[in-house]
Amino acid sequence: MEAKRILLVMKNKPGVLNKISGLFQKRGINIENITAGEGYPEETVRMTITGFWDDYTLNQVIVQAEKLFDVEFIKSFSKESVLRELVLVKVQVDSKSRQELLQILDIYRGSVVDVGLESLIIEITGDIGKIDGFLKLVKNFNILEIARTGVSAMTRGLGV
Amino acid sequence: MKEITGAKIVLETLKYLGVKDIFGYPGGAVIPIYDALYDFEGLQHYMARHEQGAVHSADGYARTKKVPGVCLATSGPGATNLVTGIMTAHMDSIPLLVITGQVSTSFLGKDSFQESDIIGITSPITKNNYLVRDIFQLPDILKEAYILSKHGRPGPVLVDIPKNIQEQKIDYDKFKNLLEKDIKKINKFKSLYEENEILEFQKLFNSSKKPVLVVGGGVLNGDCVKEVREFVERTKIPVVSTLMGLGIFNKDDEKYFGMIGMHGLVEANRAVDECDLLICVGMRFDDRIVGDKSKFSPNSKKIHIEIDRAEINKNILVDLPIVGDAKDILKQTLELDLKDDFETWSESFKREDVTDEKDLNQISTLNMLNEILDERYIVVTDVGQHQMFTAQHLDIKKPFQFCTSGGAGTMGYGLPAAIGAKVANPDKKVIAILGDGGFQMNQQELILLAQYNLPVKVLIFNNGALGMVKQWQELFNNKRYSSVILDINPDFVKLANAHYVEGEKIENIHNLKRLKDILEDDNPYLVDIQMSYEHNVYPIIPAGKSFEHTIGGE
Repeated sequence: MEAKRILLVMKNKPGVLNKISGLFQKRGINIENITAGEGYPEETVRMTITGFWDDYTLNQVIVQAEKLFDVEFIKSFSKESVLRELVLVKVQVDSKSRQELLQILDIYRGSVVDVGLESLIIEITGDIGKIDGFLKLVKNFNILEIARTGVSAMTRGLGV
Repeated sequence: MKEITGAKIVLETLKYLGVKDIFGYPGGAVIPIYDALYDFEGLQHYMARHEQGAVHSADGYARTKKVPGVCLATSGPGATNLVTGIMTAHMDSIPLLVITGQVSTSFLGKDSFQESDIIGITSPITKNNYLVRDIFQLPDILKEAYILSKHGRPGPVLVDIPKNIQEQKIDYDKFKNLLEKDIKKINKFKSLYEENEILEFQKLFNSSKKPVLVVGGGVLNGDCVKEVREFVERTKIPVVSTLMGLGIFNKDDEKYFGMIGMHGLVEANRAVDECDLLICVGMRFDDRIVGDKSKFSPNSKKIHIEIDRAEINKNILVDLPIVGDAKDILKQTLELDLKDDFETWSESFKREDVTDEKDLNQISTLNMLNEILDERYIVVTDVGQHQMFTAQHLDIKKPFQFCTSGGAGTMGYGLPAAIGAKVANPDKKVIAILGDGGFQMNQQELILLAQYNLPVKVLIFNNGALGMVKQWQELFNNKRYSSVILDINPDFVKLANAHYVEGEKIENIHNLKRLKDILEDDNPYLVDIQMSYEHNVYPIIPAGKSFEHTIGGE
């Protein structure tokens, strides 16, 4: 099943994330990832929620969430939307692997955000295909930690 | 400078909203509100003996008075005792304003004495809930909560108020300004239907040969009884009801074939099964109605008139959803040119008259009640066999005359809900029909009948069993009656007496005539009607099965 994504704009109040996650929990619907942060205007919180749902489930999520009093706007993203994810990877390196890793990072237009004697933290941003491709390559190194933010999305063009 | 406390703000705002009665139970975290109530004029408080009693009373009040019910409880266990009642109201779309006390804000999140996260606990069973952190927001929140509870599809809304907010004082004039300020318009449950959907309705209707109308609780909530009745009169189509829609039509209505669903009448279910067009108004295709999804009304096109978009295609896929206010939509359909030649189709259903019962049982008792009850009565039931018997056999004459826990099926609901119904309708005669099991779940509320001089008549259909569970065990679990036989029950009459309520036992069918005098009398009274546990509710369609699996009787 393909990943589906929804945009949810809620009032920026304590507990709203709980209300949304409860809505999924009650129906036994899994959330693959969720990104949330201050929206625009700033009294809102903007979330992108991703899951592997069929069309019925996607529709249920939308119409049920729409009913929540704190939800101001909800829609599903089309496939053409702009999708971005940020990943931080901490890798144990020696002088040889450090060079190799930096070369790969250059190709993927990532950056180094922390340099240690035996480790690097690298950052990469991109769509799902790019992130997955990059992670596939760095798995050949000695990975200590990976932190993925989950996908944030936005519709192309003038519309929301 | 004149000041006002948060506690007093709560009461003044309720009064401003038109609230007359509240049901509650005091506790540490609502002492300031109770202190303010002590000499407050314009609000009558009814003290339940358990918070669950208070919330069910508020629910019975709301269901029979068509205004939001209000209840009040303390934090922690007080608040959690409300949960069953909140869920009951949520399942049946009943407007409630639930106010809970909370520990002071500085104690929040520290597992303080009597602290519970009632916001988290009730999120899935409320339309919205609020934790008040700023006293200046208190009037707005209460106003918004009250209006939201009855807006669109009604439901319960909870406001949790920390004790220090109740104690805090603000300038009275500032409060007055806040009180009279309009709140932001609530913009949920919009009408989304378009003109072409009304035209599509006409097309489907006029091309159908065997249409059936289903009315649900939404018809009562949407205040469109007149319109559905006019629709049936005009088009002469058969009409059936869900449990929540009982009272919209009655036995005198020629085209009405009764309740549908698991314990629906055979003819009513057959109409749904055989029809070619099913028009559903204000109902939600509950599994107790639908059974086997793939075989529910298999040959019909389905039209769903509903205010809540989220109900469309949730349980059953429909051909034509019309989302909006049912009253508006029905008014528009009444302007259409619609067929009315369904006589042959309607006549293919013959309502079965209930045969005369020779024994004292649920049906003979309800037959007797049919002889007595008129429009002055409100009937409240608990949950179980007696509830389904009542739904099947009692001739409910008017909308809002019947009050029962449908979607949640909450045992213990009946007695406190009847108390709420009586408080809401002092001019009506209120009867609570209860099973012996459900009565014992909230029997402590009996004392309110004496305390507030509420002439509610409590009829216990005493069959010495948790009848509905027993019936399922009998039919589907090889008669393995696990923990359902109540071979020791309290002496209910003595129990009533201990609560300063008179009562008596009825042990044979001849004494049923006593009910006439008892019900006419103007005092609270309990009648313990002895019945055999052997009677089951028929027809029954086993859970998840279709009409063809109807079990008609023994």
